[in-house]
Amino acid sequence: MCGIVGLFLKDRSLEPELGSLLSDMLVTMTDRGPDSAGIAIYGEGSGNGAKLTVQSSRPDEDFGGLGEALNNRLATPVSVVRKDTHAVITTSLDNLAAAREALSDLRPDVRVMSSGDSVEIYKEVGLPETVLERFGIAGMSGSHGIGHTRMATESAVTTLGAHPFSTGPDQCLVHNGSLSNHNSLRRKLMRDGMTFETQNDSEVAAAYISHKLQNGMDLGNALEHSLDDLDGFFTFVVGTRSGFGVVRDPIACKPAVLAETDRYVAFGSEYRALVDLPGITEARVWEPEPATVYFWEH
Amino acid sequence: MATLDLAESSLRELNETLQKLPDGTNETDWEVINPKGSHALAVGLDAPIHVTVRGSTGYYCAGMNKHATVHVDGSAGPGVAENMMSGTVIVEGDASQYAGATGRGGLLVIKGNASSRCGISMKGIDIVVRGNVGHMSAFMAQSGNLVVLGDAGDALGDSLYEARLFVRGTVKSLGADCIEKEMRPEHLEILADLLGKAGITDVKPEEFTRYGSARKLYNFDVDNADAY
Repeated sequence: MCGIVGLFLKDRSLEPELGSLLSDMLVTMTDRGPDSAGIAIYGEGSGNGAKLTVQSSRPDEDFGGLGEALNNRLATPVSVVRKDTHAVITTSLDNLAAAREALSDLRPDVRVMSSGDSVEIYKEVGLPETVLERFGIAGMSGSHGIGHTRMATESAVTTLGAHPFSTGPDQCLVHNGSLSNHNSLRRKLMRDGMTFETQNDSEVAAAYISHKLQNGMDLGNALEHSLDDLDGFFTFVVGTRSGFGVVRDPIACKPAVLAETDRYVAFGSEYRALVDLPGITEARVWEPEPATVYFWEH
Repeated sequence: MATLDLAESSLRELNETLQKLPDGTNETDWEVINPKGSHALAVGLDAPIHVTVRGSTGYYCAGMNKHATVHVDGSAGPGVAENMMSGTVIVEGDASQYAGATGRGGLLVIKGNASSRCGISMKGIDIVVRGNVGHMSAFMAQSGNLVVLGDAGDALGDSLYEARLFVRGTVKSLGADCIEKEMRPEHLEILADLLGKAGITDVKPEEFTRYGSARKLYNFDVDNADAY
């Protein structure tokens, strides 16, 4: 089944409430997927900075002294802020590739959840409420974010199998559905240089979009092409540094509800997820059409 | 009018209260407040009561309805009035997927749009949609009437049996074995009756086109193999 939520703020005065609003939306969707939960939050970017959100199954060992070790290795300021099993490593954009390399050398078991100037991704196995509390999501601010609560149908119930999937800088994708041609598409993308960390079908969709973006396509076009190349059932919600997109397959079996007001655009697998948003009773609420790309940008 | 507040009582209490009302009850007028998109609201009703839901509902509102009139003063999620036996369900806003699916009787009125698979496998229910319906509406519909004042999406009436489909606007495409048919006086009469029951007075039956089954897929015939 799976539950998806997303919130794209137009009114900047709502930004301090982003984490709290998204958390409430995601907890409402718990009964659509109690296996794992994840959330991507787009916060303030520095313009020249870069963040890596990383995860470890042994955070005490892996994150202890990590900042110092990275500083020594890179000879440049690197900050590491730990949040439960995750940590956010901040450095300059020029240093990002070197930081990733140093990280895989110093802490080979640490997994990168996301990279980019503004996005942070937190995901773990467990009920959404618990997962969100562990990372203090309700206290986070930002301009937009997406969340997912998973009922596993493809691949294992693990942290890496949780959504959102991020396969490019400041990009992420959540998926409700199942793809039928993900294995052949994965092989094709691998031949084109994309790398994969799981056997999950949704990671293939995320990598497909990233691959198109890397080749110069804009997100709207990449999503249009996904309708031709991805086979199966899907409702995707995607985030980029400044954008928020929604697309459903042509059969549109998987549910989706969009709501828009002057202050925000909100997405939910069900209307229930949206009912406590400010001004929802006056919002334009509609069901996105099948095989139609919806996209908003700041 | 008695009010049931979903902010105070559980969905189970609400449905139990409404389901246990006997035929001939004097408590005929009910209002449900704070539905907040809840699933399975006012399902399995079996008495001629009026229930008004103030707000939008989730999955399967008024499913399996018998005798009751359920009025949703908002939009309805997937499967509204699924498998209705009799009675009336009115949705003021839009309805999501498979509205009125497998319904055996009664009347479903959707004042906004209905999305995909509206009336899928309908078996005697009458459905009147003021706006548009999505793709694959009336798929495998067996009997009853689907009236659409707006437009219909792709594959209308795919693998249709004996249900009658009346569309006032455009049809994006017809499904397998569904064809346009002549509007005879008895069809105008049926349509006028349904529009009247749905409270629609600004539209004439003559403005509609009728669609129905070409009846080529009833029994397997190798000459029709391409149509399957």
